[in-house]
Amino acid sequence: MGGREATMVLLDENGIRCDGRKVDEPRRIMIKAGGLKNADGSAYIEFGENKILVGVFGPRDVHPKHMSNTDTGILRVRYHMEPFSVGERKNPAPSRREIEISKVIKEALEPAVMLEKFPRTAVDVYIEVLQADGGTRCAALSAASVALADAGIPMRDMVAAIAAGKVADTVILDVNNEEDQAGQADMPIGYMPSVEKITLLQLDGVLTPEEYKKCVEVGVNGCKIVYDLQKKALNDKYFGSGED
Amino acid sequence: MDNKRKYVIPGDVVTTGPFRPEQNVILDGNKIISTTIGITEIYDDSVKVIPLTGKYIPKINDLVIGKVISHTSLSWELDINSCYVGFLPAQDVFGRDFSAHADELTSKLKSGDLVAARIANFDRTRDPLVTISDRDLGKIDSGDLVKISPSKVPRLIGKRGTMIQTIEMATNAAITIGQNGWVVVSCESPEGLLKAKKAIQMVDEKAHIANLTDQVKEMLESKGES
Repeated sequence: MGGREATMVLLDENGIRCDGRKVDEPRRIMIKAGGLKNADGSAYIEFGENKILVGVFGPRDVHPKHMSNTDTGILRVRYHMEPFSVGERKNPAPSRREIEISKVIKEALEPAVMLEKFPRTAVDVYIEVLQADGGTRCAALSAASVALADAGIPMRDMVAAIAAGKVADTVILDVNNEEDQAGQADMPIGYMPSVEKITLLQLDGVLTPEEYKKCVEVGVNGCKIVYDLQKKALNDKYFGSGED
Repeated sequence: MDNKRKYVIPGDVVTTGPFRPEQNVILDGNKIISTTIGITEIYDDSVKVIPLTGKYIPKINDLVIGKVISHTSLSWELDINSCYVGFLPAQDVFGRDFSAHADELTSKLKSGDLVAARIANFDRTRDPLVTISDRDLGKIDSGDLVKISPSKVPRLIGKRGTMIQTIEMATNAAITIGQNGWVVVSCESPEGLLKAKKAIQMVDEKAHIANLTDQVKEMLESKGES
């Protein structure tokens, strides 16, 4: 961090953030279901400047065989950032951070996906981050649930995700890259709106108990906005727009 | 029965009340929630969702088209377009007096052969057991394989078989539909074969359109005149 970030105004006196948003306003979100012919299910999301493509295969045979489970299916997630997704070339080999995010997304999807219906099989989720701008794990999780639904894998509900956070002592919705770098806290939340359950909750930073409660509340409300867009993406693909 | 059809996606509440959840729905409190993208069907006491996407999941007594992928000395393995392989024991083909020493499995079915089979048994602990010892089952000698999405098989058959009858009558083709989305078309005239294949692909692409039977009929007839 240089001197520029230290002097950057994250929140001005009118409650407007560094990219012109209000405190409870998410970035522009566009979700599209389908698009990849060879995958069983796919989705594409644009979440602010993030661009992420997700492909899903399965349920299918497990290779290597010893990974299979006779009681239930298994979920495998790979989160991967393209070398050109960030400012400086990123080594395409999986980094510590990518392995961790793969695990976190897998565990956030597991409560939603009903894998027990397909014992001895695997469902593979491949997430490719084409362009990153803070909050990729939330965007990737939202897109992965749409791709899983597109693949016809039975789910209790779709997982919607968004980050809440704190900058300039104010709780905000949808933390962008600058706010993540210079802000005080970042809390990604994954939420299943129909069953009202949280499947992902991380926190980087320091919050008081009151701020923590406020953050969860703001994040859950943000997830409902994302959820509506996920539903719209699937409705558009399968039923044409407007019908229900 | 049909008056309450609704499009749903995972997480949507299909209905509330004392209904029995059947396919692709779960009960949460008194809410019935869909687990897949599909069309709801509400009956007097039960609710189900007809899926619009997804892989073929074997069901006992389904007719499927399988492709032989390999064999051991006792059985064949069939690709049935599912996440599980179909298991066809040699006794089913050779009869009770099958002997692993005397009988050569490849004399009856080779890798790559197409087979019309029925799912004899399937549960979550084992791969599906298939049988070919029944009328109209067994090796398929002639015909072209057309692959469609398994979720669109009911549309290809149509209400009480109207769609498939339309195609068969217009083209004089014999069509065998596997529930797993594989369809074998055989026809004596090459034009009829091409037309029937085209019609099947049309159903696959336009399954969501309302009066598809009429459109298919139109397509079949218009081609016949030219």
